[in-house]
Amino acid sequence: MATERFTKDHEWIRVDGGIGTVGITHHAQTQLGDIVFVEVPESGRKTKQGEAVAVVESVKAASDVFSPVSGEVIEANADLAGQPALVNEDAEGKAWFFKLRISDPAELDKLMDRAAYEAFVKESH
Amino acid sequence: MNATPASDQPLRRTALYAQHVALGAKMVPFAGYEMPVQYPLGILKEHLHTRAQAGLFDVSHMGQAYLVGPDHATTAAALETLVPADVLDLKPGQQRYTQLLNDAGGIVDDLMVTRPAAADDDGKLFLIVNASRKDVDYAHIAARLPEGVRLEPAPERALLAMQGPAAAQVLASLCPEASRLSFMTAASARIGEFDCHISRSGYTGEDGFEISLPAAGAARLWQTLLRTDALKPIGLGARDSLRLEAGLCLYGHDIDETTSPIEAGLGWSIQKRRRSTGGFPGAVRIQDELAKGPKRERVGIRPEGRAPAREGTEVLSPSGERIGVVTSGGFGPSVNAPVAMGYVAAGHAEIGRPVHLMVRSKALPAAIAPLPFVPHRYSRKS
Repeated sequence: MATERFTKDHEWIRVDGGIGTVGITHHAQTQLGDIVFVEVPESGRKTKQGEAVAVVESVKAASDVFSPVSGEVIEANADLAGQPALVNEDAEGKAWFFKLRISDPAELDKLMDRAAYEAFVKESH
Repeated sequence: MNATPASDQPLRRTALYAQHVALGAKMVPFAGYEMPVQYPLGILKEHLHTRAQAGLFDVSHMGQAYLVGPDHATTAAALETLVPADVLDLKPGQQRYTQLLNDAGGIVDDLMVTRPAAADDDGKLFLIVNASRKDVDYAHIAARLPEGVRLEPAPERALLAMQGPAAAQVLASLCPEASRLSFMTAASARIGEFDCHISRSGYTGEDGFEISLPAAGAARLWQTLLRTDALKPIGLGARDSLRLEAGLCLYGHDIDETTSPIEAGLGWSIQKRRRSTGGFPGAVRIQDELAKGPKRERVGIRPEGRAPAREGTEVLSPSGERIGVVTSGGFGPSVNAPVAMGYVAAGHAEIGRPVHLMVRSKALPAAIAPLPFVPHRYSRKS
């Protein structure tokens, strides 16, 4: 069964067999508003936990998307370039940003589970 | 949109604050006020709705003031020492866009000047200035007025803007006089029980009106107007994307105390008599730029790809030379593509000229584009 974790920067990561799928949370997309542009990382890019690896832009502003853990990007979601609004429609499903091979699974322990993330969101509002 | 300097001052609220909250608006600090950046509809749909039908905006944070003197000639002459527009020539009920200039010809603020239509208002000029600049403007103006002419700020007034192709029809049902106004004219008229000052102008490139009225009546008028299905409340987010597509300047971004009206492409707002006779601050620089061309020019810029280029993005020539900077940039919902404005050095401003935009350390291809990005649809006198 896949493990799901969340960051304080409002990314989610779903982990299955050493591969993590990453996106931004439903809460993040409601805060950003209409998404008009998404830039995803290239396959092969090595990234550290907390590094800015993708960009999501609303009408008003650009925001960085940070890698929840260290690893190597193995695939990016090619659909997002042509359909950035997919992030508003299905942030935690079809609008995943990229997949990476996790280099240090222990880093996942620093992240929140869904209950903790939901409490975090409530607290910060 | 970052017109709010860091400050410990509590945020002010307009007379429509409770209306915005009741409508579910997201409130943000802007120019010292707590203002609606968007309603639940969202910036993209609010923008498109304004161009398709009509939008209602609370712009009560803007500065409204009267310049009061003994007669039109005296008051107009006083204002002409501060701005490059022909104010003397204004007919009753006529409105002009102009700029307060500093001695170097830089723009202290841009503003609307209206000569009221009513004969008993002779000697009065009605000014609307930017929210972020009103304190600076009022001090600047008051310090430079001759004896007998005084500035009277009107903070007790609210200001509503109705913009979009359906605006005229919506307002006509409440105020038949408003339909008789053409672009850049104004009149006093009653809407229901309220004495309003209505001008046919705005900040979206669309036909529309700005309605000034006592703040006490603002909520009632706001609610009355919103009963019309064609009219939806629109926040500052869409106001910004609408004005950017219309190629209109935002103070503190596209124009400031270093930019001249000629550099900013606002030469059209300096009428013939003023160009030749001068008599406004910075006239030497402005007349020189009119004769020889400015050193830099405000231009439209269209990125080739989908990535927006935001304010501060460097503009390079294809050979890598830094030629300018983006001053406003984002996504244009009606254009359905990123759009930007900025300044480039003289000789680089030709329409269609390829440039590069440095976005996240990558040089993205773009081209100099004509402004506006979306054609203006003003209701000019036929």
